[in-house]
Parts: sequence; structure tokens; C-alpha cells
Amino acid sequence: MSAEQPVECPECAAAVALPDDVVAGEILQCAECGVELEVVKDGAISLRPAPEEEEDWGE
Amino acid sequence: MTIGMLLSRVRVEEKLLLQAFHDRGVPVVVLDDRETVFDYHRADQWRRFDVVVERCINHSRALCGLRILNDFGVATVNTYEVALVCGNKLETTSALVRHEVPTPRCRIAFTPESALAAIEELGYPVVLKPAVGSWGRLLSKINDRDAAEAILEHKEILGSYHHSIFYIQEYVDKPARDIRAFVVGDETICAIYRYSPHWITNTARGGRAENCPVTPELHRLSAAAARAVGGGVVAIDLLETADGRLLVNEVNYTMEFRNSIAVTGVDIPGRVVDYVLRVARESGTAAPRPTAASR
Repeated sequence: MSAEQPVECPECAAAVALPDDVVAGEILQCAECGVELEVVKDGAISLRPAPEEEEDWGE
Repeated sequence: MTIGMLLSRVRVEEKLLLQAFHDRGVPVVVLDDRETVFDYHRADQWRRFDVVVERCINHSRALCGLRILNDFGVATVNTYEVALVCGNKLETTSALVRHEVPTPRCRIAFTPESALAAIEELGYPVVLKPAVGSWGRLLSKINDRDAAEAILEHKEILGSYHHSIFYIQEYVDKPARDIRAFVVGDETICAIYRYSPHWITNTARGGRAENCPVTPELHRLSAAAARAVGGGVVAIDLLETADGRLLVNEVNYTMEFRNSIAVTGVDIPGRVVDYVLRVARESGTAAPRPTAASR
């Protein structure tokens, strides 16, 4: 079980579980609505919608 | 030893790399490219890094960051030159052809009319690709003249100018799969088949990964392709032709590998990190290059 409390999805308000080793900038997916979320660590942990794909994204 | 990782977001790959550094007792300074400012006159701020690992998701940001860091004399994985060549298919093809690495036949044209002539000369089907792009975005398999005329017109009118640099490649009728080989330094550490019933086999587009044995021929071609683009940590995409040849299709410089660890049994992030640490050790013994910023 994660040491961190679940955080609310900003899209659908579902509780999103955080991994034990959660890091700032990490990308998670809401299990309820499927949206990609970015972890924000500014004291407390919160989630915000991950940036939208741009034309020059890739590997 | 001070390691930096320039990134846009912490995807599975970045997290695995950070974990691999942690496992080796090496701290990493994470540099979010959305917050990073490069001051051309403060090279000293960056010279504290023995190496910076580039993991930007935006090709443009990667190029800009690597250009400046390499000018500062900071070692990076990969280098600016590698990103420049791999991030642009025209540059990649030029490098492969220059180094005589087998690659699908390709034509470049600048107008819809000359592109159509090139397509007809190459023979249908052909693949039209944006020179800059990834994950299989905006690829067009053109099966006949009607489709060619429509797509060329759409690209010219709806696209920005760089979509009018027409990169036209022969369509290779591959066996519902392609090969991705992972090269770290001089070694092809593993490879996967990417299966898909669709002609675009990227795992980012739903392709299924299976282990692909690294044969001497696969290693020879993969290593040659890696050398052609400047070396480092790269993923080579290869196509198998109906008559049994291997052709190097593309080379990726910020490779994704999340789907390839379990199927190959190879600790890809661990191998990448060991390579990065070698680069860091070697950079520590090299004298920093003088730059305008340091003078």
C-alpha cells in the first residue's frame, strides 16, 4: 500500500492512488476517466492534466 | 560525480533511469525543461555536471538544450549532433546513405508536382513522412495516383512549410512486423520484433513487442547505423524485405523502452545508466572546450 494518500483527479474527481516512489513530474493515468495526469509536488502532492501532445514530441 | 537529467515529464522510462542511477548510489539533478533557462554567459552553472542525460519529449527543446550544453563543454547523452541527425528523417537518411548503411529507397522533392513525379518513378505504394515527427504521426501510405495528388495538395495547403519538404520512401512489404534494436555504445544490447496488423508498427501505436534474437547481421547493421548518426544510446528501426534483407528505417535518439525490458530480459535502463556513467568518468578527464561563453 502506498504511503501517500490518494489524490483527487482534476478531471473526474476520482481518487487516484499514488505509487510509493512517486516523483514530481511523473505521469499517471486516472483509472476512472483515463486522463493522463502529472504529479505536482509543491509541499503537498496534487495532480494536474498532463501536457497535450505537440507536433515535435517523440523519441 | 554530478549527473543531470533534462526532461519534460517523468514517464516510465525516466523513472526507470532515475531508479537505475539510485541503485548505483548516484544522485541525479532533475532539470525540467519547462523551467530551465540557459544563460549563454553562465556556462559555469552547467559545468558542474559531469554529464547531462537528455530526455526531452520535444525534439526542438532537446536540440536547443544540447547545442548550448555541448558548446559549454558539457558532456551529454546523446550529443547535439546525434539529436540533429536522428530527429530529422532527411538528415538520418543522408547519414545512412553517406555511410553505406542499407536503407529503403528515398526521394526528396519540394513541390507537389516534382513529388508526384518522384512517387510515380519510385512506384506505388510509397510512404510519405514528415521530416520531423515521431510515433508514426502523419505517415501516409500512398497506394495510387489519386491518393498521391490528394495528400500532396493537402500537405501543401494545410501544412506549415516544412510539410512541403516531401520525404518519399519506398514502401517495404514487411512481414507484419519490424525490428527495433537497442544500441548502447558499440553494443547491440537487445532487440524486439514489433508486431502489428497495421503497416505502422510503433508500440506507441499499439504494436506488440516480442524478443528478437540479436544475430551477427542485425548487430552489424545496427552498430553501423548507430555509428552513422554519431553513436551513443540509440534505437534502430529495421525492416525485413521479402527477399531476406534488412534495411535501416529510422534511428531514435531519446528511445523509449518500457515494452522491451520484460520481453528481452535485458536491463535496458541499467545498461544505459552504466554507459552514461562511463561517459561521465571520461568527461572528467577531458579538458573543457573553450567557448565564447567562457572567454
